[in-house]
Amino acid sequence: MWCSGRHMTFSPQLEARFEKLLTSYPPGRQRSAMIPMLIYAQDEVGHITDELVDEVARRVGVTPLQVNEVLSYYSMLHRKPLGKYHVQVCTNISCLLRDGDKLYEHACKKLGIGHKEVTDDGQISLEEVECIGACSWAPAIQVNYDFHHQVTPGKLDEILDTLRKKP
Amino acid sequence: MLFNETSPLETRVLSRRFGMPNSASLATYLATEGYQAFLKAAKMTPEQIIEEVKVSNLRGRGGAGFPTGMKWSFVPRTSPKPKYIVVNADESEPGTCKDRVLIENDPHQLIEGVLIAGLAVDAHAGYIYVRGEYRYLIEVLDQAIAEAYAKGWLGKNIQGTGFDFELYTHSGAGAYECGEESALLESLEGKRGVPRIRPPFPAVVGAFQCPTVLNNVETFCAVPAILRDGGAAFAALGVPKAGGTKMTCLTGHVNKPGVYELKLGFPVKQMIEEVGGGIRNGKKLKAFVPGGSSCPVLTAAELEGATMDYDSIASRKSMLGSGGVIIMDEDTCMVKAALRIMRFYAHESCGWCIPCREGTTWLRKILMRFHAGQGVKSDINLIGDISKNMLGRTFCPLGDAAAMPTLSIVEKFRQEFEDHLNGKPCPWEHANETVGV
Repeated sequence: MWCSGRHMTFSPQLEARFEKLLTSYPPGRQRSAMIPMLIYAQDEVGHITDELVDEVARRVGVTPLQVNEVLSYYSMLHRKPLGKYHVQVCTNISCLLRDGDKLYEHACKKLGIGHKEVTDDGQISLEEVECIGACSWAPAIQVNYDFHHQVTPGKLDEILDTLRKKP
Repeated sequence: MLFNETSPLETRVLSRRFGMPNSASLATYLATEGYQAFLKAAKMTPEQIIEEVKVSNLRGRGGAGFPTGMKWSFVPRTSPKPKYIVVNADESEPGTCKDRVLIENDPHQLIEGVLIAGLAVDAHAGYIYVRGEYRYLIEVLDQAIAEAYAKGWLGKNIQGTGFDFELYTHSGAGAYECGEESALLESLEGKRGVPRIRPPFPAVVGAFQCPTVLNNVETFCAVPAILRDGGAAFAALGVPKAGGTKMTCLTGHVNKPGVYELKLGFPVKQMIEEVGGGIRNGKKLKAFVPGGSSCPVLTAAELEGATMDYDSIASRKSMLGSGGVIIMDEDTCMVKAALRIMRFYAHESCGWCIPCREGTTWLRKILMRFHAGQGVKSDINLIGDISKNMLGRTFCPLGDAAAMPTLSIVEKFRQEFEDHLNGKPCPWEHANETVGV
């Protein structure tokens, strides 16, 4: 047995989602559920732990190595803990033309952290990201999955201040 | 709801429900001719459906512009294997944010388009591959799908037509390359998103080794209108070789950026001046990208007489692409623009083939030192040489996508590269910026 043996359990909502995913693909194709399962589980667990890799491997019927091999390809799957609120600033071309790069620098200064770093209290992490599909409403950021459009440095300050105080 | 103010110059076919109260609901959809095209198609033969799509001159809206009816006709309908419909909602091309508004405002239009494709190729299951960042759209789609199941527009024997169809959403997890059709299929099967060798094309060997119709969101969204009003009516909206409208994302230095639905063949100048409200701060246009960052840039002079359609843009050696228009004013540093575009491609290259993996990284490094004022004159030609060595030599179009804009920028704006030589700081900004990897 390649897995650790300990089984993880998740919230009923996530378990229901997993169950649906495992029956969404043709017979024998459960491996297809791997990436969606990882990203949904990451939302609940916080990041992709070794234990989670083992669990997803067990459920879709592959080895943990195969899961690791796949997940290292995808930029939204994180093997290290992120902040509770993950602030993603787009600096790709359409955002750049509207000062997305300056917005990112502003966020770095304000938080005192850089690319893929987490504040000491674990509350906020920062990432300079590639195009997030908000080009006509640039510059844009995402906090976890929430979009904020036409973000100015002032608006960013407000967003970050709110996140700092959030439970 | 996410959409900008509409423009009176728009032709609203795909976006006709945008702005209506509860536009994403089944009730609104049904009250506005929704699913009528499906019912009509269910009474037609598959050949008739495909013929109607061919007549419409609909071309793939993801970027390649391949005729949709022809693509569907490649599916071997008599194959004993199951067939699948896969929707590419991995919208990741920089400058492009149109599929997002289509799904958010009118998810049932997409579902209906998928159902009609299912009728056309005898497919009974479909997957909507949504980029991971668009999580809220997965919720929108899941809700619309649940509503459609509950009211008999998905599932077994849909509305008594005898046609069965199951539809699922599938989340990606952050990878531009998965917008490339064969990489998307790999990702859908739970693997790294590296492209497959073709032929065989997905129409014959696609998802789960079975025949597959794979189109962009906007392509599927155009299908209900084609069946409802007839292919000829849709074709008449556009130009002779490309029918209908194009969801066009105006981005960058325009006064009114936004997503606008414009007839194919819409004049570029009028689009910038009247739809987009002109260049911001009364500046002049320096560079224009017609459809996402992978397209060669065009100068203001090259846009003389240009219209937004495949042939007009192709005759100027660029591409209509995805409809992600990027507008750069006279104060834009083109070296910086080229660098940012290359950083993106270097980050997103899947690493499967060497010309792309190495080429994008070398180009990023050269452009980085150029923008930092440490470039040497021979680097200017080197950028061109590396780009030319990538063109046509990579496994999938990502290598071309990285090389084409770079080559066009270095050829058309060579002077700006020379202005950065000999330790001179960027003429447009003095920031001695550090560029991340």
